[in-house]
Amino acid sequence: MSTPDGVQESRAAWRLGIITPRRKRIFFGLLVVLGLVLPYLVYPVFLMNVLCMALFASAFNLLLGYTGLLSFGHAAFLGTAGYVTGWLLRSVGLPVELGVLAGTAVATVLGWAIGALAIRRSGIYFAMITLGFAQMIYFLAVQLPFTGGEDGLQGIPQGKALGFVPLHNPYALYYFVFAIFALGFAVIYRTIHSPFGHVLRSIRENEARALSLGYDVERYKLVAFVISAGLAGLAGSTKALVLQFVTLTDVHWHKSGEVVLMTLLGGMGTVMGPSVGALLVVAMENYLTGFGDWVTVIVGTVFVAGVLAFRRGIVGEALHLARNFPF
Amino acid sequence: MQALFGQLLVGLINGSFYALLSLGLSIIFGLVNVVNFAHGAMYMTGAFFAWIGLSSLGIGYWPSLLLSPLAVGLLGVAVERTMLRRLYQLDNLYGLLFTFGLTLIVEGLFHHQYGNSGNSFPVPEALQGGSNLGFMYLPRYRAWVVLVSVAVCFASWFVIERTKLGAYLRAGTENPKLLQAFGVNVPLMMTLTFGFGVALAGFAGVMAAPIYQVTPSMGSGLIIVVFAVVVIGGMGSILGSIVTGIGLGLVEGLTKYLYPQAASTVVFAIMAVVLLIRPAGLFGREK
Repeated sequence: MSTPDGVQESRAAWRLGIITPRRKRIFFGLLVVLGLVLPYLVYPVFLMNVLCMALFASAFNLLLGYTGLLSFGHAAFLGTAGYVTGWLLRSVGLPVELGVLAGTAVATVLGWAIGALAIRRSGIYFAMITLGFAQMIYFLAVQLPFTGGEDGLQGIPQGKALGFVPLHNPYALYYFVFAIFALGFAVIYRTIHSPFGHVLRSIRENEARALSLGYDVERYKLVAFVISAGLAGLAGSTKALVLQFVTLTDVHWHKSGEVVLMTLLGGMGTVMGPSVGALLVVAMENYLTGFGDWVTVIVGTVFVAGVLAFRRGIVGEALHLARNFPF
Repeated sequence: MQALFGQLLVGLINGSFYALLSLGLSIIFGLVNVVNFAHGAMYMTGAFFAWIGLSSLGIGYWPSLLLSPLAVGLLGVAVERTMLRRLYQLDNLYGLLFTFGLTLIVEGLFHHQYGNSGNSFPVPEALQGGSNLGFMYLPRYRAWVVLVSVAVCFASWFVIERTKLGAYLRAGTENPKLLQAFGVNVPLMMTLTFGFGVALAGFAGVMAAPIYQVTPSMGSGLIIVVFAVVVIGGMGSILGSIVTGIGLGLVEGLTKYLYPQAASTVVFAIMAVVLLIRPAGLFGREK
């Protein structure tokens, strides 16, 4: 794959001094403050939904934006982790933290299995293979007894975090979810900015050259896939806790497409892009619920328009604007 | 025994559709370098055009068999001319994403207009009934579907491998720039190829209408299986995609007889095995 358009904008922004390490620290500091205050201004459940999807999309972006691998089956990890966490909390009665950890662990193992097979082909085949395996997971979710089939898993208990924080309180739950998001986001941020992340980018830019320089490209791809799947699983487990239900829509191919849309809209290959895209898509779906079937049509139209004319994404466009109006 | 042959026949029918769709997918991918996610949506559109033609315009099965693919093909040509061609110079994953968005639009529109319940399309009079072969009962329409699919597949193979037009197509697949330098209108060829590929999907849709329920989601589940078929067979060879498509349909039918729970996942399991032992696909030639 070639360099995503948003990445070129962010490189230019660094070069021109629009982004500096100091500005970056201030920006993230403000974000944390905003994240802590926001539940008192906006409906917390909506915010938690955005945070879960933002983590999901950021994890996905590690593959598409930074490694150049289009996984078209990431819903498999989100949904599987959600089902596992939901079942463990509801039917086994595990503590919240263990339930979330177990869901994440299962998604990580699943990511290792699917990833190891999918990286045997590259390019567009990789997308088709991940889509195929995700569909297999979907059919398993339809048939297996513990998923509740068409009804899904309902009434997942939220329990108490650390044994004493009651998570049925929306504010307590919000800060719990915010902490998980911050943790997941930090893992992704560190991965991107580590030497490992630079090798991933070199694979995206020129796989043959990375290979000829002696990097075990397949191994790097697999590790990136496993990290991405695991964090997508963390997002899915958290989402199950927030909404208290998991249904087949969480493993459906629409969901896999949705995360691509978030990343594309926000700006693939940028740190903040997927989160911005997640906010936009979740908000859009929230406000459009009254339109029924038109939601799919509108989402499709946004998708087509984004691919045709908006490949930098919002973050890429913002950086492009900042380049022309430096401050 | 009856049940086994019955399931094998169903498998053969499904396999014929896999073959028709993966053939169109391979032809488009070969020249246009786009993996057409909307192939399933075009198949569904073909079926719906036939159904709408019958229920509101009184157009029967036989004219529909020609008109509906033509309409779908024109739709494809319009999409290619106005939008898809802007993506050719980019990485081919954008083509996949574009056609994915297109799928959502097309499915959403049909869903909005016709709901999610199935619409049945009657079998044309000339093909009603069937014959008892002793070991199984063979409905005439199903025999027709298998015969026509195989005939269409082999006709496509013949055109591509044995005629001058096909030689241009193969040359374009190998090196479009060189072909254009020889004075062949490659952009037009790409448009027509895309149109032909999706028309093939529309044709499969009309053929499928009397067998399956006509619903807005009939194509998307199918296209994902067809992608797996393409991964298993490899997109390199036309005969390969025909053989793989029909073969996997039969395996699916056999699984439905032996262990019905695994019928929907067996193709993906085979995909996993093929990736382990022969990553390029059974008939693949790349790398």
